[in-house]
Amino acid sequence: MQNMTSNEFVTPTYMNGLKAGFPIALGYLVVSFTFGMTACLNGFTLYEAVFMSMTNVTSAGQFAGMNLLISGTKYVELLLTVSIINIRYLLMSTALSQKISRTMPLYQKFILAFGVTDETFTVASVEVETITFPYFMGLVTLPYLGWSGGTFFGSLMDTFLNPDMQHAAAIALYCMFIALVLPPMKHHKNIRHVVFATMLIRLTMLLLPVVNQLSSGYAIILSACIGAFYGAYLEHKTSTEVNA
Amino acid sequence: MKPIYGIILMALTTYIIRVSPFVLFRKKIESPFIQSFLFYIPYAILTAMTIPDIFYSTHFVPAAVAGTLVALLLGWFEKSLITVSMSAVAIAYIVITLFN
Repeated sequence: MQNMTSNEFVTPTYMNGLKAGFPIALGYLVVSFTFGMTACLNGFTLYEAVFMSMTNVTSAGQFAGMNLLISGTKYVELLLTVSIINIRYLLMSTALSQKISRTMPLYQKFILAFGVTDETFTVASVEVETITFPYFMGLVTLPYLGWSGGTFFGSLMDTFLNPDMQHAAAIALYCMFIALVLPPMKHHKNIRHVVFATMLIRLTMLLLPVVNQLSSGYAIILSACIGAFYGAYLEHKTSTEVNA
Repeated sequence: MKPIYGIILMALTTYIIRVSPFVLFRKKIESPFIQSFLFYIPYAILTAMTIPDIFYSTHFVPAAVAGTLVALLLGWFEKSLITVSMSAVAIAYIVITLFN
């Protein structure tokens, strides 16, 4: 079994998690750098910006929350906005809760949950068969440092990387996604169907009136849900057929 | 409102959303349909996050296209995440400095 699946899964150790976390950290560095800079330009202190990154660890939610706090928001509005933007974590944590080692104690789950982000979730669900505590902690280590550190440096100074380097580095995260999705696509027919269906739905949503007014966060969640639902449907239709 | 209170409220809200499924779903979900949905959802989310955003990521579409092609090629040959993403960044940077 181990040999048969070695192409698709890596062993869930701390070191393997750490390695997988490196490109995520790099992508985070650029985004959080921007966050730190924007926050400080808008009147946040360095401590507030870094504290927000260290306790929230989420990009869209932080940018939105920052905007609301600047414009003098009410607690209810802040709570609602952050909940809606981050509701996708409910889906991700649900999926992860099915993949973690069954013997994991509750306190480790409480720690692990803190590190669930779009990127750590996707890497963990694709790279390993069973998510262990050491693997996930390894995976989260560098992205967490990148996220907090990027915010710190962004708050400190205006230019860190030259603009061309910042722009080029912004593609790293997406290329990592490609590297994650292509190998399983080669080996698993239904994953191919899901990927192409999701792509089609996502692009169609950009062209349709009304629907293209959705924020990209909602558009991503909606097209991904339809794509995965389609995959589940295909699997059931052909449940007798075994996929490679 | 002091920003610090807002930040704490945001952090608590986000953490509760992240942790509640781990507390609620202590047992394995039985339904095969939901199981396969959850199996496919990461691939679908990755795809939806990448397309079309990757093409706007570098602020210079030709650089993004070059980076994407490199990533597709190396990804197809199952190179590591670091190799794929760093090669794409290098190519994108070269294209930006040469042509933009």
